[in-house]
Amino acid sequence: MGANHEDHHHAPDGHGRALRLGVGGPVGSGKTALVAALCRTLGPSLSLGVVTNDIYTTEDAEFLRRAGVLDEERILAVETGCCPHTAIRDDIAANLDAVETLEDRFGPLDLVIVESGGDNLTATFSRGLADRQIFVLDVSGGDKVPRKGGPGVTTADLLVVNKTDLAPMVGADLGVMDRDAAAVRGARPVLFTSIRQDPTAATVAAWVSEQVAAWSHAHAAHAS
Amino acid sequence: MPGRRAMRAGAAVATAPAPGGGTLVHRLASAPPLTLRQTGPSTVHLVSTAAGPLGGDRLSLDIDVAPHTTLELGSVAAGLVLPGHGTSEFLVTARVGAGARLRFAPEPTVLAAGCEHRLLVRLALAADAEVLWREEIVLGRHGERAGRCHARFDATRDGRPLLRQEFTVGDPALDSSPAVYGAARCVGTTFLTTPVKEPVVAEGVAVLPLAGPGTLVSALAADAVELRSRLEWGERAVRPA
Amino acid sequence: MDPAVNPAVNPAVNPALLLLADSRLPAGGHAHSGGVEQAVTSGAVHDVPSLAGFLRGRLHTAGTVAAALTAAACACAAGPPPPEPAWGLLDAEVDARTAAPAQREASRTQGRLLLRVARRVWPSPVLEGLARAVPNPHHPIALGAAAHAAGATPEEAAMAAAYHAVGGAATAAVRLLGLDPVAVHGLLAGLAPDLAAVAGAARSGGDWESLPAHSSPALDLLAEQHARADVRLFIS
Repeated sequence: MGANHEDHHHAPDGHGRALRLGVGGPVGSGKTALVAALCRTLGPSLSLGVVTNDIYTTEDAEFLRRAGVLDEERILAVETGCCPHTAIRDDIAANLDAVETLEDRFGPLDLVIVESGGDNLTATFSRGLADRQIFVLDVSGGDKVPRKGGPGVTTADLLVVNKTDLAPMVGADLGVMDRDAAAVRGARPVLFTSIRQDPTAATVAAWVSEQVAAWSHAHAAHAS
Repeated sequence: MPGRRAMRAGAAVATAPAPGGGTLVHRLASAPPLTLRQTGPSTVHLVSTAAGPLGGDRLSLDIDVAPHTTLELGSVAAGLVLPGHGTSEFLVTARVGAGARLRFAPEPTVLAAGCEHRLLVRLALAADAEVLWREEIVLGRHGERAGRCHARFDATRDGRPLLRQEFTVGDPALDSSPAVYGAARCVGTTFLTTPVKEPVVAEGVAVLPLAGPGTLVSALAADAVELRSRLEWGERAVRPA
Repeated sequence: MDPAVNPAVNPAVNPALLLLADSRLPAGGHAHSGGVEQAVTSGAVHDVPSLAGFLRGRLHTAGTVAAALTAAACACAAGPPPPEPAWGLLDAEVDARTAAPAQREASRTQGRLLLRVARRVWPSPVLEGLARAVPNPHHPIALGAAAHAAGATPEEAAMAAAYHAVGGAATAAVRLLGLDPVAVHGLLAGLAPDLAAVAGAARSGGDWESLPAHSSPALDLLAEQHARADVRLFIS
């Protein structure tokens, strides 16, 4: 396997290639479920690839393959040597290699989703790897998480608060989370969802569709 | 054995096509302590006629398997490498021609305490030659620390490198490294030109498809019996009987 | 002042060497354990002393081969003759010295990622030529070529290769066993004479056939067992 190192991979402005979307967030917040939902909803209209950064071998990749939401060859797993945040931020080489391998095999693609391994609130994607990033929280982590902030919560292009159906049970106040997130994020959007109740993640998928459309408009192969 | 002088000896074996097909062992040159005996139509055994090799000995064996002939080479007993004056050396050169077959499977080389040995193998194969080449090294006699040894194996096929391997023995810290031999007292490999698709691993043995057309069975073991059974297990995985 | 004698222009230590040997070089090295993960699983490496034995053995076998081939690649990159036709032959020499498929794959993966990084960090016709001739080169080939592009000598390239052979493995052991990182860096510091010896022995001239080919049977076994493991944190 292996990418060919064609020049378009290196084009710093991203012309002629797919939008690369990072999906990060703490362990158990529902990243893999969100990725599965996006594949389910967007798969019929967009050409997709997925790279997972599993902590243990290929667990998340296997989950997605079993979920049957995407042709299993379009899902690649990257091992991260105990350091999931290193693989998406400091040393993105293995992830770029996987993204380019998917582009070479199945390209042109519209969207490549890179799911990070579950990490802490400080983990964000390098701009060299992800053009846009979603940070996924869940309400069971407590409604103070948005107020505490951290690079993921503060800087992600979209903050998704998942498992809203659990809010009454864990005593999380969604209004507080929304207000606190707005305070640290300014105009950047926040979406509340429950992937268990809406397996299509319709609102998040709509946001991603907009990003893909805007990206392909701005970065068409011969736009310049 | 005490007082024996260092020896320089070159033995050789060569095959030729027999008139009605098959193989003729047409050259068999012994040179003590390397004595070669023909034990079958295409089988030759190495018979030791002196202890050794001893430090200072320079021994060589030249094997020439002519195109479309077959040779099997074995030995009747393990080779015990003993200390002496300086380094002992055993150089084996083999050429295996087009469509020829060679099986080289001598008994193990035992590195006695204090020995200083060099074992060099140069194997040049024609593109469609068929070879099984087994080497077993025992790190010292029972309860004994091994002497020093440097073994190098170079196999080329049509002039291109197929397998190059060196083994060094004699630095206890390196020998016992979990990256090198670990707790094993015996190390062995069988090189085969038969390719396999997938690697296979079991306790102490791996069947490794090479980058070129060939396979290496690599084994570590506590003793020579276990080593042989692991290598033979791997050989069967490559060439089912 | 003559630049050749101005230490500010011609320092004793080439800064490129530091960049090439730095584990923060974003070339994917952090996800490779060099056999340590499986050695930890098997129990062969379980504390600082057993790690010390592992690292020393790795350096004097796989590390020695990598250093020699890296130096050869760096010298080849410097030419003459033009290196492009030779890359395939040198790459085949690494293949012939790497019997375990899992190790060949780990080497090519790391080589490919390093080449990608080097082409952007140290753009050079030599690296473009290597990418054309061998898109997925073995790591020593990529490292030697990258070292040349970065202005390093074959001897310096060999040092980076020798350090690479133990640095990643040591870090992996810290992560997997929770070892005291200071104790483990003490081990690496203690290997300094060995690193110097291994890098110093890597010559840049002469024929490629006779370059070192030290085998490490335990590493071969570990690599293939690792490739078959159900649970893995590292790629190799």
